[in-house]
Amino acid sequence: MSTFDGPFDVERRLTRHGCVCGRHHPAPEHDECGRALRCEPAASDEKRYAGVVASAVMRAVFPRDAARRAFLKSVGAATALAALSQFFPIRTATEAFADTGAPEKKDLKVGFIPITCATPIIMAAPLGFYSKHGLNVEVVKTAGWAVVRDKTINREYDASHMLAPMPIAISLGLGSNAVPFAVPAIENINGQGITLALRHKDKRNPADWKGMKFAIPFDYSMHNYLLRYYLAEHGVDPDADVQLRSVPPPEMVANLRADNIDGFLAPDNICQRAIYDGVGFLHVLSKEIWDGHPCCSFAASKDFITSAPNSFAALTRAIVDATSYASKPENRKEIAEAIAPANYLNAPTTVLEQVLTGTYADGLGNVKTDARRVDFDPFPWQSFAVWMLTQMKRWGQIKGDVDYKMIAEQIYLATDTRKLMAEMGLAPPAHSYKSFSVMGRSFDPDKPDDYLAGFKIRKAS
Amino acid sequence: MSLRFRAAIVSVALFAVFLAMWQLATRSTAAVGSMSPEYARLMGATATEGKSAMPGPSDVGAKLWEHLRRPFYDNGPNDKGLGIQLGYSIARVGLGYLLAVIVAIPLGFLIGMSPLISRALDPFIQILKPISPLAWMPLALYTIKDSGLSAIFVIFICSVWPMLINTAFGVAGVRQEWINVARTLEVGTIRRAFTVILPAAAPTIVTGMRISIGIAWLVIVAAEMLVGGTGIGYFVWNEWNNLSITNVIIAIFLIGLVGMVLDQALARLARLVTFPE
Repeated sequence: MSTFDGPFDVERRLTRHGCVCGRHHPAPEHDECGRALRCEPAASDEKRYAGVVASAVMRAVFPRDAARRAFLKSVGAATALAALSQFFPIRTATEAFADTGAPEKKDLKVGFIPITCATPIIMAAPLGFYSKHGLNVEVVKTAGWAVVRDKTINREYDASHMLAPMPIAISLGLGSNAVPFAVPAIENINGQGITLALRHKDKRNPADWKGMKFAIPFDYSMHNYLLRYYLAEHGVDPDADVQLRSVPPPEMVANLRADNIDGFLAPDNICQRAIYDGVGFLHVLSKEIWDGHPCCSFAASKDFITSAPNSFAALTRAIVDATSYASKPENRKEIAEAIAPANYLNAPTTVLEQVLTGTYADGLGNVKTDARRVDFDPFPWQSFAVWMLTQMKRWGQIKGDVDYKMIAEQIYLATDTRKLMAEMGLAPPAHSYKSFSVMGRSFDPDKPDDYLAGFKIRKAS
Repeated sequence: MSLRFRAAIVSVALFAVFLAMWQLATRSTAAVGSMSPEYARLMGATATEGKSAMPGPSDVGAKLWEHLRRPFYDNGPNDKGLGIQLGYSIARVGLGYLLAVIVAIPLGFLIGMSPLISRALDPFIQILKPISPLAWMPLALYTIKDSGLSAIFVIFICSVWPMLINTAFGVAGVRQEWINVARTLEVGTIRRAFTVILPAAAPTIVTGMRISIGIAWLVIVAAEMLVGGTGIGYFVWNEWNNLSITNVIIAIFLIGLVGMVLDQALARLARLVTFPE
């Protein structure tokens, strides 16, 4: 479930007790509160913050809920709010609340790779989410994942768009020096796909793919792990039976056209671009492999986080805010237009629209619709990190015993993000771990080694 | 008809033939499967109209005109006009090249004038010279920790060798008689270097500089494709990202043009310093 479904879902209980927004003690009272005190999706941030502040004040004034309810019932919410404002400056408090600590560094550079996964990071610039949180952010397009990694380690970028496993790999020193990194927010969930060259349109059974060549964007990517997982579940050993190549996404379509590769598991808009150019078709969406899988993350070095905590918090708020905006289907068309120009993704708007709205051509002559083809949810579930670590171990990227949870908790900052989201009036999940299932195989973050032992195809360690 | 005029006619004719063949090779292929209009709306022209994936000369011409009309626009950090991008590239090449001149020419003099230093440095130069400049890039990024400076360093390292070797060769090859004459006139070492050796070795040195600027311009495109941000190499990469072959062709054309201008500038300098013997 997306975190953003919460506040609008009457049935959903987010806290141990109380109403759906968690601010009112017994649930029925939630419905009685006046407009300003209610948990309806707030029209703007100011209103959302006002709601948080007002309900905090109400709780302080009426420690007993019964008394508050009685008071509200007798005078009405609007009067209550007016009366309260007489002796408590709600407006000032709201402003003070929204304005949490001046950022130490206002002019920031954030690197990104031009794919739709980076949507929240990119659109936050043209749609003004960074400036709303008091930052002047320059989003810089970067040539490849290794360059993003090096430039972020060099502190040329303050924070970056990275593949979800990259901060883990960097922190563990896989493929680079060990530099502690952290992930305050996941960018997108779903939104990838396996695309095959058109000549393979009758070879839809992965068991027939032995001997084929596939491209993935980076070794430490969800794409690598998902493709390997998918192949292995169909009895194809990704190390022995097929060839996997690390290819930068823009080169994938050109290579597919030139018959250098047979297919790829790539981020969108690359999949849709191959279809748009008539060279490939979509075999499966990554959503069909694991619905709700993370893909890219927003990452910063621990060094930046400790040296500029307020800038980092403001940046995270801007990203969470943008991700929340991107998660709403009605905004997707506007976003597609905002990020299409050469300054950002540099891709045809039609392609981006198909990816973001989920009404797309599949390359075989059909128009398909899947509104959650790509979705956005910032909450950095630590169970995601545990899953990635199991796959890193499965394919020999890390060896020996792994303290899964210790690593996950250091890198995926679920606790901090939860606090921040609650302050913003959003409804973060109460736990940092959740179980999920990947191609029908359920994953329990408490038993990663058992999960790992269940795979027949894996690299001998 | 003068030879020059006839050569010009042949050049134009060749170009016309080239354009015609290009146009012919990239015309639409008619074979397109039928598709529903709803589906066709979501697809690109290559799939719907059988338009060739390669742009024709008219597409390139139209796009080039568009770029030439506004060469200096600035739509933010990742989208700048071609003029600005070329400017960045030329500045990087200029800076790296200048550094190389500052290092290579005095060092070349030293090597050329002292057989001891020449022998001592020879193994290092022989090993360092054949290394592809881009192989330095990861090392540069890692140690310099700045991608802009790394690109300049790569330009420096690639343009330093031809100049160094040519300077050393030129200095060592100055006619012994001239040096002997200077000796008899009791000219000091410094004065001898500037008034006798430098003018005598200048043509060889400038030839080395000319080779270097060519290599530097070759390398900057590749370096900018790697580090990104700004420059004509970044432009190529960005348009490749968008699979816009049209813009890539335009960039190739402009890279050739600028490379020619740089080369001609050094050729003019070479003509200034040559002397009849």
